[in-house]
Amino acid sequence: MDVHLLKQLQRDQLAHMLESEPGKKDFVIDPCFTKLLDRIAGAAFLKDHGVDKIYKLDASQKSLAGTDIRFYFVRPAIPTMKLIANHINAEKSSHGLRKYKIIMVPRKLHVCEKILESEGVYGSISIEDFNLELVTLDNDILSLELPDFLRNFYLDGDQTWLHTVASSIVHLENLYGNIPNVYCLGKGAQMTFDLINLLSEKPREETVEKGDNQNIGHLFIIDRDIDFVTPLCAPVTYEALLDEIYGIECGIIDLTNPDSTSNAHGGKLLLTAENEIFQMIRNRHFSYVFAYISDKAKELKLVHDKKDDLKSVKDMRHFVSNDLRSLKQQQKLLAQHIGACEYIMSTKSKGSFEEFTHVEHCLLQGSDTRECINFIEECLFKQTNWLTVLRLICLLSLTEDGIQSKDYKSLRTKFLHSHGFDLMPSWFNLKKLGILTEYELPQANKPLGKMASITRRSQFKSLSKRLNLVPKVSDNVDLRIPNDMSYVFSGAYTPLACKLVDLILSRESLISLDDVLRLIPGGVKCDMRLKPASKARGGYSIPSTPAAKVVLVYFLGGCTFSEIAALRYLARREGYKITIATTAIITGNSFVESVMERKPI
Amino acid sequence: MATADWNPLGNVYYRNVELYQMDWNGLLELNQYMIAAAPYGGPIALMKDDKKTGRVSTNVKPIINVYNAAGKPLSQLRWNSGNVVHLGWSNTEELLCIQDNGVILVYDIALNFKRTFGMGQEAKEMKILDWKVFSSFQGTGIAVMTTSYRIYLINNVDDPRVRKLAEVPDLNSAPSSWTILNLDRQSRALVAKDAQLFLVDHGGQYQEQFPELASPVTAFIEMAVSFNNKLLAMFTDKGVIWIGSSDLKKVYCEFNTKASQRPQQLAWSGVGAVVALWDKLCIVVGPEKDWIKYNFESFVYLVQEEDGLRIIGNELHQFLQKVPDVTEQIFKIGSMEPGAMLYEASKEFSRRSQKADEYIRMIKDKLDVAVDQCIQAAGHEIEPSKQKALLRAASFGKCFLTDYRPEAFVDMCQMLRVLNQVRQFSVGIPLTYTQLNHLSVPVLIDRLVLRKLFCLAIRICHYLKIPDAEGASRILAHWACYKVQQKHEDEEQLARSISQKLLDAPGVSFSEIASQALEQGRKQLAIKLLDYEPKASEQVPLLLKMDQNNTALSKAVDSGDTDLVYTVLLTMKDKISNMGEFFMAIRQMPIAYSLYIQYCRQQNPKLVEDLYYQEDNFLAEGNCKVVSSYSEEMFEDRIRKLEAAITCYQKAKMEFASKQTEDQIKLLKIQRKLEDESNKTYIDMSLHDTMYKLTQNGNHKMTEQLRKDFKVPDKRFWLLRMEALAESSDWTELERFSKSKKPPVGMEAFVDVCMKYYNRTEAMKYVNRVTPDQKVKCLVKVGNLKEAADSALESRNEDSLNIVLSKAIQSNNKQLIETIRDYKIRLNTKK
Repeated sequence: MDVHLLKQLQRDQLAHMLESEPGKKDFVIDPCFTKLLDRIAGAAFLKDHGVDKIYKLDASQKSLAGTDIRFYFVRPAIPTMKLIANHINAEKSSHGLRKYKIIMVPRKLHVCEKILESEGVYGSISIEDFNLELVTLDNDILSLELPDFLRNFYLDGDQTWLHTVASSIVHLENLYGNIPNVYCLGKGAQMTFDLINLLSEKPREETVEKGDNQNIGHLFIIDRDIDFVTPLCAPVTYEALLDEIYGIECGIIDLTNPDSTSNAHGGKLLLTAENEIFQMIRNRHFSYVFAYISDKAKELKLVHDKKDDLKSVKDMRHFVSNDLRSLKQQQKLLAQHIGACEYIMSTKSKGSFEEFTHVEHCLLQGSDTRECINFIEECLFKQTNWLTVLRLICLLSLTEDGIQSKDYKSLRTKFLHSHGFDLMPSWFNLKKLGILTEYELPQANKPLGKMASITRRSQFKSLSKRLNLVPKVSDNVDLRIPNDMSYVFSGAYTPLACKLVDLILSRESLISLDDVLRLIPGGVKCDMRLKPASKARGGYSIPSTPAAKVVLVYFLGGCTFSEIAALRYLARREGYKITIATTAIITGNSFVESVMERKPI
Repeated sequence: MATADWNPLGNVYYRNVELYQMDWNGLLELNQYMIAAAPYGGPIALMKDDKKTGRVSTNVKPIINVYNAAGKPLSQLRWNSGNVVHLGWSNTEELLCIQDNGVILVYDIALNFKRTFGMGQEAKEMKILDWKVFSSFQGTGIAVMTTSYRIYLINNVDDPRVRKLAEVPDLNSAPSSWTILNLDRQSRALVAKDAQLFLVDHGGQYQEQFPELASPVTAFIEMAVSFNNKLLAMFTDKGVIWIGSSDLKKVYCEFNTKASQRPQQLAWSGVGAVVALWDKLCIVVGPEKDWIKYNFESFVYLVQEEDGLRIIGNELHQFLQKVPDVTEQIFKIGSMEPGAMLYEASKEFSRRSQKADEYIRMIKDKLDVAVDQCIQAAGHEIEPSKQKALLRAASFGKCFLTDYRPEAFVDMCQMLRVLNQVRQFSVGIPLTYTQLNHLSVPVLIDRLVLRKLFCLAIRICHYLKIPDAEGASRILAHWACYKVQQKHEDEEQLARSISQKLLDAPGVSFSEIASQALEQGRKQLAIKLLDYEPKASEQVPLLLKMDQNNTALSKAVDSGDTDLVYTVLLTMKDKISNMGEFFMAIRQMPIAYSLYIQYCRQQNPKLVEDLYYQEDNFLAEGNCKVVSSYSEEMFEDRIRKLEAAITCYQKAKMEFASKQTEDQIKLLKIQRKLEDESNKTYIDMSLHDTMYKLTQNGNHKMTEQLRKDFKVPDKRFWLLRMEALAESSDWTELERFSKSKKPPVGMEAFVDVCMKYYNRTEAMKYVNRVTPDQKVKCLVKVGNLKEAADSALESRNEDSLNIVLSKAIQSNNKQLIETIRDYKIRLNTKK
């Protein structure tokens, strides 16, 4: 499954769209697309196809100058539409003849058209779809880059993006062949699967049975709400830490330290498998990153020293033309990574990182709850960063099946006293999601209304026990050379989704997993058409196709780099080729922040 | 003999083949009618022409009749519009009725009115004098000449845009003749002003043309352009036919007919010959001045085709055609072409004569050419028996070839079968093989559909193995659309029979049929049909159009496409004036409901609150109020909002939330008071931050008050106060505070807070007061490793000593490392 094919297609599509309107044009993009477009095409590509100026859509601009044709490249959102309408209305008198084209990504929505209509600009624009769905972030990562999915779907019950997810899978199937085995973990996943069947042009069953051109053997569609624990845990692998501390956007990181004055090793860096040094350390446990870097530094020094014993001119020329350039580059990269590591270290040692980790592990194990609550309270008194504390509180609720009423009330009061009353409605959001609940005696359980249809109660403890998600100390998880997926959390926890993928793939069926899967909120459904090779009757076995080892794991509502690392480990161990698709890559902070109550616009 | 009806024209032959015995024979006299026949064997329209019958025009409205090429009536219409001067057919077989005021009415083959358009104001006012229907590069075009001799033209009747052509200079009377030429993708008119020729275009340009002329001319009185637009024939008043290229640059010949009369029709037969018709006599003139004469028994009408000329008469429908080369090669007497030999061989073979073998031997090495020739020739025959004989010969020849690819043979057999079917009298489309190739099979199928020959069309699709999605399904959809127009049929039964036939057909759009039904005013039928539509995106808008809001909503929800749901919601909102009714409708559907809330949240937050209120969802309503309170500008409004929120929370039985909101109001009021007193901002700070700021500003009394009011735990209070004092460097107050009573946080917290603000001296003060077990740790924190080591030794704690050691290693203090190693040895020896 060559994911770069997807990128090529998108480039062609983009070029086609730009060329559709001859002449010079301006290109106004939604800020959320800047990095994304960089990954697909880049500014030079746009210029080659007739783009004159590129603007970022900004609420503060009232109107824009520029050529007579303007493209807006935006997400179909109501506020964006109003902004565009304002531009057009403001320019009407001065640039009456300007041509406007609004390109909605990934598709146009009727609501947006209505808004444009009611703003009175519908007549002067043309609207087009641009079917940009999954973006190739790396050899094994595809992303819709829709961070809003989580909130919209799980909290607000808005299924708009679910349609996009399904259609992205249908497009993948058109490209790489139908996927014979589909496993849906969770309610949203099952809805997605139904939509896929609805959207496929030909009935899926028939084409799947025929089995031609199958490049992908298994598809997992996984709801984020079956496991909120993972994103809440503090990451420890290098890539995940980079994301948490610097923020990785579309595979691009800005290494400028937020609070350092010297900008020696800053600058933007593309983090993909092509970055050789990064590829070696991205999935490592952070404590073993330095080891590699120092080895690498020594190696570089060796190469560097070679220059001292260059005998002939020929050698010298060889050295200068070949080694020197890559050496320089590697040196720069290495310096950047060292800088990043230092910054991560300093951030982590500033707070009481060790205690945090300890409390987190205690919560996961379910031991010393009282002590944990005390620690959380102290954090509140000390005005520790509210997101960090809230994550711990959520973790407490998830692992304990809700916080006991007394503690809940005291924690909430203390939290609001520390961080302000305006965060109170957000607590209800978290409650609706089932992340932060109050454990009450059964009789007092009041339904939250019909809206809360997609909520759940954590079954964390029983699941963790049955699936052995929290390894016992005796299991001895090696963090240097991982021997268990739980290494991504220092051996304290195995991400549920990854564990399930492992289990289902190794058994090639759901048989005997029933009692476990019953505990998964929203349930599990599978549609299997590729029969396991070993089960063939009559003594001979059908040779399994290479596709059987190719797996696509699709996360609804986002996944973390920790999960990606765990899946990469699984792929290495079992010889699978796992590609991860997600609606967005999230971190604990971005996850909690996204479900906070926002002020109305 | 096959060559019996061949007439030589120079070195080629022409033949006149009978297509049909006309069905209308004896029922009408063609010369009394205005006639229009569509090319490609299309339908014929007739309308009684008063001028031709010589009768005084009456008030009786004329009748337009449409026949197929075999003279079988297809439809009839009593004309009730203006004065029709000309009839014509478009390339999609639509009848164009041109009125004298330049208005054109378009009808389909069944004479159902389609649309109308005019040729401009001048044509309307001045009336038109003459008209031409021509095939342009865009489709079918119409040109009219007004009584002021200006020409207006449109290039495509499907997209009528009237263009005015340049005027011919000094044109004071009607031109002697004119026609439309298609040159370089542009339509121009060639106008003859007596002997002068002008080419005018719509760019306002005119050019006088000077074609080579051998004989003197006083006027060109007739013109004809060939089917492919490349050749032109002109008839002069001296009876000369000038034949040349349409750009007038090349001349093929000038032929003197010696006729003084204007020919009734001047036309091309394919591209090889010009036909001039006078009453019952017709002359075929070739480019080399060769000619053939034909006589007819009665009035005939000529129709130009791509590869010949159709001659429609009262009794017969004939086809005048140059004998195709390959046919000539086979049938010409004495031909030694391989095809001819093979044909002979096959004939001998069927007679069981050994001559067959001789013939085959003669053409042994050219047998593949022979087979190809026979196959091709079969295609050009109209008579099935001749087709058969030729195909048999081809098949016979094939037997001697080892690696001959059969496709050409199979294709020809299939095409001939189709052609023979549509040539049948009842269908009446006399297409030749060449014409079919040009027209293509899909277009032919469309034409069958137009004639409502659904069954035949489907059979052809199946026979030619055209995929259902492109062939049969499309035809079925047309059939269904036709069916719903038949109002006498029972709706229930109709819906059932349509669905039965169409359900298995891929790619049929039920919504299209339903909208057709709706157009016919059969709403119930439309709804029934729509139920079969699998694509919700097609179904929903139509349901909305029919006011089936609730069905539309549920279908949209089922489709999982929220955009559709929005479409329904917003349409419903506009349609239903009563908001309550609207809410009632959507509350049944949780998905629709939550989508609507999403929409309102961005469009009209107030409405969200109302919605929650309506739903008795007081908790959510309260939350909304809390959130919106932050955007209120006036302090009093904020308080009022929060108070309203409390009421909501109480209704929702969320006592805890209402209590917290009350606290918030209390805090806000205090903050307000503080602001008034101190001129500093406090509002919107959290309780902790407020107390912190107060402490920093030295307002300890107020801090104490807040502490009491909000039951702030001791621990928080201490930590907060310590931090605030340390930050504002109020070290004396900090020290006093540390001694006020036993700190609930431990003395080491004081050390921490001092170190946080880099005051080691102050920190040391507290180090001495910490409990012994914490002492080493605190000393390390202040950075006094030596003392830490000493203290660890004192308390005989090796673990602590190790911690200090590791710190020492980090700071690379060699002397200290030695000391600690020394201590460790001492500690171990003492044991």
